[in-house]
Amino acid sequence: MKRLLLGALIALAPVCAETIVIQNATIMTVSKGTIKNGSVVVRDGKIVEVGEKVTIPEGATKIDAQGQYVIPGIIDCHSHIAGDGGINEGSVSVSSMVNIKDIINPEDIAIYRALAGGVTTANILHGSANSIGGQTIVLKMRWGKDAQDMIFQGAKPGIKFALGENPKRAGNPQGRGANGQQSFARYPATRMGVEDTIREAFNEAKIYKAEWDDYNAKVAKGEHPMAPRKDLKLEALKEVLEGNRYVHVHCYRADEILMMIRVADEMGFKVRTFQHVLEGYKVAKEIAAHGAGASTFSDWWSYKVEAFDAIPYNAALMTKAGIVVSLNSDDAELMRHLNSEAGKTMKYGGMTEDQALAMVTLNPAKQLGIDNRVGSIEVGKDADLVIYDKYPLSDFAKVQKVLIDGTVYFDRDKEVSAQASKDAEKQKLLDKLKQQTPQQGGGRGRGGRGGQ
Amino acid sequence: MTNYLMKLATTLLVLVASGFAAEPSTVVIRNAKIVTVSGPVIAKGTVVVRNGLIEAVGENIAVPDDAFIVDGDGLTVYPGLIDALSTIGFGSAAATATAGAGGGRGGRGGGQGPATGAAPAAAAAPRSMGPEDRPQTTSWESAADEVSSADSRIPNVRSAGVTTAMTFPTRGIFGGQGAVIDLISGEKAGEMVVVPTIGQYISVGRGGGFGGGGGGGGYPGSLMGYIAYVRQIYLDADHYKMAKAAWEKDPRGMERPMYDRALEGVLASRRILLPANREVEIDRMLRLAGELKQPTILYGGREAYKPEAVELLKKSNTAMLVSLRWPELPRGEIDPDNEPTMRTLEAIDKAPSAAAALRKADVKFAFYSDGIEQPRDLQRAIKKAIDAGLSREDAIRAMTLTPAEIYGVADRLGSIEKGKIGNLVVTRGDIFDDRTQVMWVIVDGRYYKPEAPAQNGRGPATEQPGNQGGNR
Repeated sequence: MKRLLLGALIALAPVCAETIVIQNATIMTVSKGTIKNGSVVVRDGKIVEVGEKVTIPEGATKIDAQGQYVIPGIIDCHSHIAGDGGINEGSVSVSSMVNIKDIINPEDIAIYRALAGGVTTANILHGSANSIGGQTIVLKMRWGKDAQDMIFQGAKPGIKFALGENPKRAGNPQGRGANGQQSFARYPATRMGVEDTIREAFNEAKIYKAEWDDYNAKVAKGEHPMAPRKDLKLEALKEVLEGNRYVHVHCYRADEILMMIRVADEMGFKVRTFQHVLEGYKVAKEIAAHGAGASTFSDWWSYKVEAFDAIPYNAALMTKAGIVVSLNSDDAELMRHLNSEAGKTMKYGGMTEDQALAMVTLNPAKQLGIDNRVGSIEVGKDADLVIYDKYPLSDFAKVQKVLIDGTVYFDRDKEVSAQASKDAEKQKLLDKLKQQTPQQGGGRGRGGRGGQ
Repeated sequence: MTNYLMKLATTLLVLVASGFAAEPSTVVIRNAKIVTVSGPVIAKGTVVVRNGLIEAVGENIAVPDDAFIVDGDGLTVYPGLIDALSTIGFGSAAATATAGAGGGRGGRGGGQGPATGAAPAAAAAPRSMGPEDRPQTTSWESAADEVSSADSRIPNVRSAGVTTAMTFPTRGIFGGQGAVIDLISGEKAGEMVVVPTIGQYISVGRGGGFGGGGGGGGYPGSLMGYIAYVRQIYLDADHYKMAKAAWEKDPRGMERPMYDRALEGVLASRRILLPANREVEIDRMLRLAGELKQPTILYGGREAYKPEAVELLKKSNTAMLVSLRWPELPRGEIDPDNEPTMRTLEAIDKAPSAAAALRKADVKFAFYSDGIEQPRDLQRAIKKAIDAGLSREDAIRAMTLTPAEIYGVADRLGSIEKGKIGNLVVTRGDIFDDRTQVMWVIVDGRYYKPEAPAQNGRGPATEQPGNQGGNR
């Protein structure tokens, strides 16, 4: 019993985060302007007060952020970190049966590095190898927690679609694979084929949905029909048709974006976000009319043919057309400085400070349907906060502390001061193991085939 | 007809001559220290094995006259060792893929991958386009049907005192049904089989890369694909069972459910074995097992030393098969650009302490050889776990009674008790000591004398030409 109680206490520990007051900081709330020399009060993982003058609860831990800046935790709407065993199920063109949730790797060091770059929430997507990819999951960067505890509870699950060059790449149609196996071409090989693949998948999903609807109706009437076969691939698409799963579409060119909107309208579902969407500025009106968000790059250009028409004004132009726009990383390194990516939209397109910052905080929160919880510094929202030493929309700003749910998950001072002892500890262990490992032949052979 | 009868009669005569007349069917070890495992150690006692079964064990046991008698002065008798997960008995190289649990050594990819993906069966099969193609699935295959005493590894492993193996077909995702086999050199393979179906061996590949599956391979080509496939198979099995039952009840007017051997194999499985080395894999596979609602055993256990991992196993009351192939530092100079991470180093340092940690928490665990074949290597690997905090008694239990319990065969194997199968190891010295000599190995009451291992412990330890085992 005692052990059980202790276990329960340990499990509750992160929930009962301490009461913290961040003082004397410039607070960029994103949704409600910037407070010079203000404070944020955090209790039970939530923001309870924000302003120039706040009531400091008794026993609160004070963080003096004199001369520093506080922003909401950065949200990356497109990331592929924290997964085990591949992020593409590229063998088939419709792989909606696979789920990133099954392969969360809470030990991926990229999580900690993203955290050190101010990211508190990330949308972890399947890769872009297939027309319809796998199911996605939103994580909070709770470094040190296990896979389940990293999941952003309450965030609607998503699915990845991909258009253009990647999904029509059929591998190596004529050649042989790495192990001498015959390599097979995979349909589709053209943009037309991508469209067809998506349309066919939804035709199938509609039949599947009808079967289940029919079954459920009969059950409701008290009949005992035989249940249809549960198909994980179609189940996810059925959820899309029912509006219970967000569709995030990897895309580049204007024509394929329009194609996707047409197919979605025809099939009766909504695209939640267009991802990358480098030619989005050309069809911004249509994207806005569909009601989709756009998650793009700041100024990445020309790394492939379908990215030739990218312009750094894309984010600003789409914003002006009324689209909710975010900037994403798609990359573990870029993920660490999304703040400076946001800053670029002030130079290219004249976004305001709030608009720019929103592109990596409130807007991705809206796109992921979690803006009631995160994305801005407001009373009642999750205490996901980043403290920078300098003006954050700049290359020179360094993250000092990151809080998630009111718990400090990254502390630069502690990290830097612990580095030497960590290195020493590692060296010690390495030396010990080297001593134990015979370096010359001999020793324990694998399966006994050591030999001199 | 007459001819046939004549032949039969001759065969019987030969059998009688060679089996019953020439060799005693009773083996006695007297005046030996007896480690019964299920009960207290007998300092000086006698074990009688008759017709393949333990007939008596104790201090004052009368020695029958017709017995082959081993004078046990200075010797110790243990129950025959059990390899809790093995491929032994499959003679061909194709089937002897290492039963590795996959998983990187801390990082992505890397590590000793499981024998999936490049499985010979898969190479010849057409490219799988989804779960309906039942990729890399031979769930219906049965180790009991495939084993043969001709596997040249048998005498070697037996020389280490291993008398019994939980042997599984390990190719692909659903490898097939495992069996408990006794390592005898019999004429009929069926003689080896103690229990023909003990569970389904499942492995998951790691995949990775853009195309998935690698080299134009089919579905699944990523870890999440493997997991989705396993999940789909069980959904299909449920549906199949339901449809079959309905059709059996009233076939008139009902579309016949298509016979599916993959699902038949899955449905016939008493339990499943899932791979899990790292803590995150243990967490992942326990969740999957919970979803599948199948009795589950995990295998691998490289990070089972972590308190969190132990806690997960404890909470779910799941047994862990711990691989004796401990992780090691790469040989030679370490590339400074590719230095192992702290996590990897810690795993190398602490993996052998997993057994002690599991024991402390009362989590059921057993060792498996994971392809280690040489007796000395096996002994050393077990010794490492002992050096890392496991008591000798618990080490012996993890290779005798506990694996028997895990697979539900402790009523016939795993300890020296009256009525159990006559599997014994007789040693000079403690069984897991480096200098210990295995003197006799008795399997199903047949006695084998292992060859003394070569000086460096890696020489061939094949059967003595004068081996007494064989027909009874």
